[in-house]
Amino acid sequence: SSSWWSHVEMGPPDPILGVTEAFKRDTNSKKMNLGVGAYRDDNGKPYVLNCVRKAEAMIASKKMDKEYLPIGGLADFTRASAELALGENSEAFKSGRYVTVQGISGTGSLRIGANFLQRFFKSSRDVYLPKPSWGNHTPIFRDAGLQLQAYRYYDPKTCSLDFSGAMDDISKIPEKSIILLHACAHNPTGVDPRQEQWKELAALVKKRNLLVYFDMAYQGFASGDINRDAWAVRYFIEQGINVVLSQSYAKNMGLYGERAGAFTVICSDAEEAKRVESQLKILIRPMYSNPPLNGARIASIILNTPELRKEWLVEVKGMADRIISMRTQLVSNLKKEGSSHNWQHITDQIGMFCFTGLKPEQVERLTKEFSIYMTKDGRISVAGVTSGNVGYLAHAIHQVTK
Amino acid sequence: VAAYRTDEGQPWVLPVVKKVEHMIAGDNSLNHEYLPILGLPEFRANASRIALGDDSPAIKENRIGSVQSLGGTGALRIGAEFLRRWYNGNNNTATPVYISAPSWENHNSVFVDAGFKDIRTYHYWDAAKRGLDLQGLLDDMEKAPEFSIFILHACAHNPTGTDPTPDQWKQIAAVMKRRFLFPFFDSAYQGFASGSLDKDAWAVRYFVSEGFELFCAQSFSKNFGLYNERVGNLTVVGKDADNVQRVLSQMEKIVRTTWSNPPSQGARIVATTLSSPQLFAEWKDNVKTMADRVLLMRSELRSRLESLGTPGTWNHITEQIGMFSFTGLNPKQVEYMIKEKHIYLMASGRINMCGLTTKNLDYVAKSIHEAVTKIQ
Repeated sequence: SSSWWSHVEMGPPDPILGVTEAFKRDTNSKKMNLGVGAYRDDNGKPYVLNCVRKAEAMIASKKMDKEYLPIGGLADFTRASAELALGENSEAFKSGRYVTVQGISGTGSLRIGANFLQRFFKSSRDVYLPKPSWGNHTPIFRDAGLQLQAYRYYDPKTCSLDFSGAMDDISKIPEKSIILLHACAHNPTGVDPRQEQWKELAALVKKRNLLVYFDMAYQGFASGDINRDAWAVRYFIEQGINVVLSQSYAKNMGLYGERAGAFTVICSDAEEAKRVESQLKILIRPMYSNPPLNGARIASIILNTPELRKEWLVEVKGMADRIISMRTQLVSNLKKEGSSHNWQHITDQIGMFCFTGLKPEQVERLTKEFSIYMTKDGRISVAGVTSGNVGYLAHAIHQVTK
Repeated sequence: VAAYRTDEGQPWVLPVVKKVEHMIAGDNSLNHEYLPILGLPEFRANASRIALGDDSPAIKENRIGSVQSLGGTGALRIGAEFLRRWYNGNNNTATPVYISAPSWENHNSVFVDAGFKDIRTYHYWDAAKRGLDLQGLLDDMEKAPEFSIFILHACAHNPTGTDPTPDQWKQIAAVMKRRFLFPFFDSAYQGFASGSLDKDAWAVRYFVSEGFELFCAQSFSKNFGLYNERVGNLTVVGKDADNVQRVLSQMEKIVRTTWSNPPSQGARIVATTLSSPQLFAEWKDNVKTMADRVLLMRSELRSRLESLGTPGTWNHITEQIGMFSFTGLNPKQVEYMIKEKHIYLMASGRINMCGLTTKNLDYVAKSIHEAVTKIQ
């Protein structure tokens, strides 16, 4: 007898997963996986932060129960997340005119927000993403029932921000549409606006009366300074733009698999925030009832324990500094190789990822001839670069680009 | 709230869970890296094995799949989202979804939010006889449009505590097979209901043996006491490996836009426990402890009510199973219980048996007696 599922198509293979699978099969001892979206230390190993280990030890020593969290998550965590993003001196934070719910890392937080907007933001079905954006943004918003549009963002000619193109496109976005902005460390390009450019963007979205959705997955991880990385979010709010925001602790606390994240709505006042919160809970309950505790509790202990918070700030700066240092070393090694190309964008860009500017044919050669794996768009994860392999990487890039 | 309590009225972290957590904490080779989209492989395989049985023909024939999910709710949601996209055509939001009357109130929301437009109820609880309305249930299945989806409680029906007998399950399966109805099991209490994993999985396994393709949403919240770690699993049973593989590839896409990949802590605890014979035995023992306490409270409450001569029959208290009991108290009597006796039950008369302890049994029995005799 036949199956209910005979007509179900095979889903397309995940492009990034494909890179990792191919990397695993490669027997070349010099192979490099630059597709990985997770931080690696200078030995190429996953890094569990010391402050995380300490928080875990604290948790283990207390005899805590395993009772369900509230639908909106761990209160100490959500409050600390809001404060981390908005800043302790933020008027929006102090007045309580916000609601923050715990989400399943960045993805889950984005999805809650997308569903919330689909249900309650009736002015528009359109979400404007920067071109390019994180690959998962599109299906998340689509599955939530929204439509995707784009604004110019990355200039492949200069490997930097197409600011005039962005401003031009944004000025034409219909009023009351939704615009998504990467708060810092744009994924996949690593190209962020400068503060002066953020100011112009803020003025423009305010003029166009757009609903701003910030995705902040790398606070602290980009520049090494949590306040600097949150500058754009805070500036927009100060300008009277009531943003919505998703946060992730996957990278900046290395809590990837624990799924710690948060979704925030800046409201007119605390009363509105309560109403919004009630609706967010109604969305969350039929999705997974209530969120997982472990990651949120680790993050909460770190954020709320002064010594651990200090230690975290040092460690996150350490990760950011190592990335920045690898960028610098890659550029200097390319120069040493004798490359005549301008590789300044590698150090201008910020965060985990770098749009090298390499073309698909060059990427293919890197993989085939040098066992260096990255996505076809020329994006590398700088986290996969170490002082031990940066020379090899520079040599290989030079070979395929000279 | 549906959580187990000890005889002291306290939450209970299972001893085997404490042990395994300690092991995990001491294992420096572990880190917090992302799990695969579909979850921890050792968890998925073991979780499905628990539901289907070690000797399941479906497992032997390699035609099962598993999706680690955020609790039972998450498993239901992924299954519902998949069914809406791929079952009975493409994106057929009109496929009727049948939920028992009554059921866990979140069932309705899960399927509504997954996009289904036609959610119906099927007869289940017979308030007059305080038991299963089997004939009403079967009639609804006969009348249901072909290909309708039926949400079935694998055991310990929430909120009535009333399960079909094996014979009744056989009748249900026969109608469903004949009418091409899709079985979507919700299994939130395996082991917790009777104290036996196998007994509590009988219905699911029977349907598998009858050749059904089905989904089973599993929760490890209650039977592992891992409520806040959100440990669940969606087990998919298909006709063959190829079909299951395609189903899973599409479920992966759904997971990716919902939570990307599931939380690792709880899955690790369960996987470690289920894959060690010794820990598995300890776990079964812990589960039996919980189930036995609830069974004891049921029999003690019933015997007290019968000794007091409380009007009505009270055998349903021990015939029902699991965490909940539909006492049969009417809304006025419930109000009396809450206002005058400070005993909290739902307006439906549902009581959480886990709230009973040796210390409060007398008080609860006396209060029920008062409510029934004073209030009509």
